[in-house]
Amino acid sequence: MVDLTINTDVAREILTSFIRSEVTRVGYSRAVVNLSGGLDSALSLVLAVEALGAENVLALCLPYRTSSPDSLEHARLLIDQFQVQSETIDITPMAEPLIQRDPNISNVRKGNILARMRMIVLYDKTETFKGLAIGTSNKTEILLGYSTLWGDMASAINPIGDLYKTQVRQLSRALGVPAPILEKPPSADLWQGQTDEGELGFTYEQVDKLLYLLVDQRYSPQECIEEGFDVAFVNVVIARVRRNQFKRMMPPIAKLSNRTVGYDFLYLRDWGT
Amino acid sequence: MKLNLALAQIATKLGDVEANLEKHIHYIEQAKAQKADLLIFPELSLTGYVLQDLVASVAHKPTDDDPVFRHLLQASHHLDLVVGFVDEDSRHRFYIASAYLSGGKVLHVHHKVYLPTYGLFDEGRFFAWGDSVRSFDTRFGRVGMLICEDFWHASPPYLLWLDGADIMLFSSASPGRGLNDREKLESARWVERVSKAYASMFTSFVVHCNRVGFEDGLLFWGGATVNDPNGELIAQGPYFEEALTLAALDLNQLRRTRARLPLLRDERTALVQKELNRILSRG
Repeated sequence: MVDLTINTDVAREILTSFIRSEVTRVGYSRAVVNLSGGLDSALSLVLAVEALGAENVLALCLPYRTSSPDSLEHARLLIDQFQVQSETIDITPMAEPLIQRDPNISNVRKGNILARMRMIVLYDKTETFKGLAIGTSNKTEILLGYSTLWGDMASAINPIGDLYKTQVRQLSRALGVPAPILEKPPSADLWQGQTDEGELGFTYEQVDKLLYLLVDQRYSPQECIEEGFDVAFVNVVIARVRRNQFKRMMPPIAKLSNRTVGYDFLYLRDWGT
Repeated sequence: MKLNLALAQIATKLGDVEANLEKHIHYIEQAKAQKADLLIFPELSLTGYVLQDLVASVAHKPTDDDPVFRHLLQASHHLDLVVGFVDEDSRHRFYIASAYLSGGKVLHVHHKVYLPTYGLFDEGRFFAWGDSVRSFDTRFGRVGMLICEDFWHASPPYLLWLDGADIMLFSSASPGRGLNDREKLESARWVERVSKAYASMFTSFVVHCNRVGFEDGLLFWGGATVNDPNGELIAQGPYFEEALTLAALDLNQLRRTRARLPLLRDERTALVQKELNRILSRG
């Protein structure tokens, strides 16, 4: 049986220390989090508050005209409970001119535009608030590529990127994220009625277990099938992981010289700190 | 005989030897004030761990005229020191190294003999492999030093034991990994388990000093330990935070334990040699 349970005390200690260390070592003391009203950004916000203090965290709410009113309401619950500063900026007037240029625009294109518009606002606020952008992408979506490149994936540091969605839920519950956020179906809220699980075609519960075996435990696809996972499901997930590798990397640079960024110019980001 | 041991599980600045030296001096002062005889720093304590292309620029030689070691050798007149650094040999090969300093002299330098180059580790790409495992004499008796992956293999501690080491000094820069529902990370549980096992099997003191702090997303977990010749944990540092952990080692325990449990006396080294020769000559 696959058990994804984590010790939430240890996770909490590591992730808050991570935020504190990586924010302060580059001379900052503050952070900005894009709050969608969903679970992932709720957890990132709570961790940032624990790490840096509520007064040092800015929560951004960036609704679009079709966003569910619940999203804003849930973000508000969190802001009130954790007493952080917040700013709500409607991105409709920014996104609409681009969206309106093509009457046949697809949901995916529209979703990408909204995610990238939110990234622009987030990064602009990091400048005025003098804080780092805290990432909100979990391990499941990073592996599946269920996210927008340079959109919701953009951040300075990501405390939750090694937690599967079901683990995000477990840790969020332990850290006191309000029940309505914990209990609602995960959704990117890019169009009405959208849910992650509806769009993906499987549940997080299922896919997290499979990814845990494939990635963390290095099971072969055949071994996963022998563990009881459906052949088609295993193949779909593996194809998604492979197809989306590009989202997990910086763009490759064509090598010409003897020393090239990304290949043989190798330094950690924490170089000198 | 008593040995007042101090373990400095510090966080380092990546590639900033000067800042790290300053921190060493700070901890040396603290340990001195607490009357420590021997102070252990973690692996690569003067440089930081994931050095990659910084290796050549942070290398030092453990000599009197070296601007870093000059200060440390000076300090070693007051208490013995184990420091982690990048050693550059005369032909410009770079090693992950630990130096034992005492009375203004370098008693021993160990070059890491196992460079993990798998998973998240890439040491073999940047460093030369050490090629000896030797015990050496100190004012507290015979000692052996190993660095991290060295003691993930069973043979280096075994060789030190046969070479006369009664005190094994392990240093690490061990990134935490393997979070599950347990209270400790898998990597911490593994290292604690083998440290205790070596102390028990070799009826020796086994000391482990691991660093703390982050390098990018890697968290070094700290948790320094001292196990006595009975395999009993006699001191433990906290996880994840900088600390100076003190332990009073009663060196007479070696005699008492080995009188009861003569594993060293009964170790059949000739048999080991014979069988190793047979196994290795099979081609």
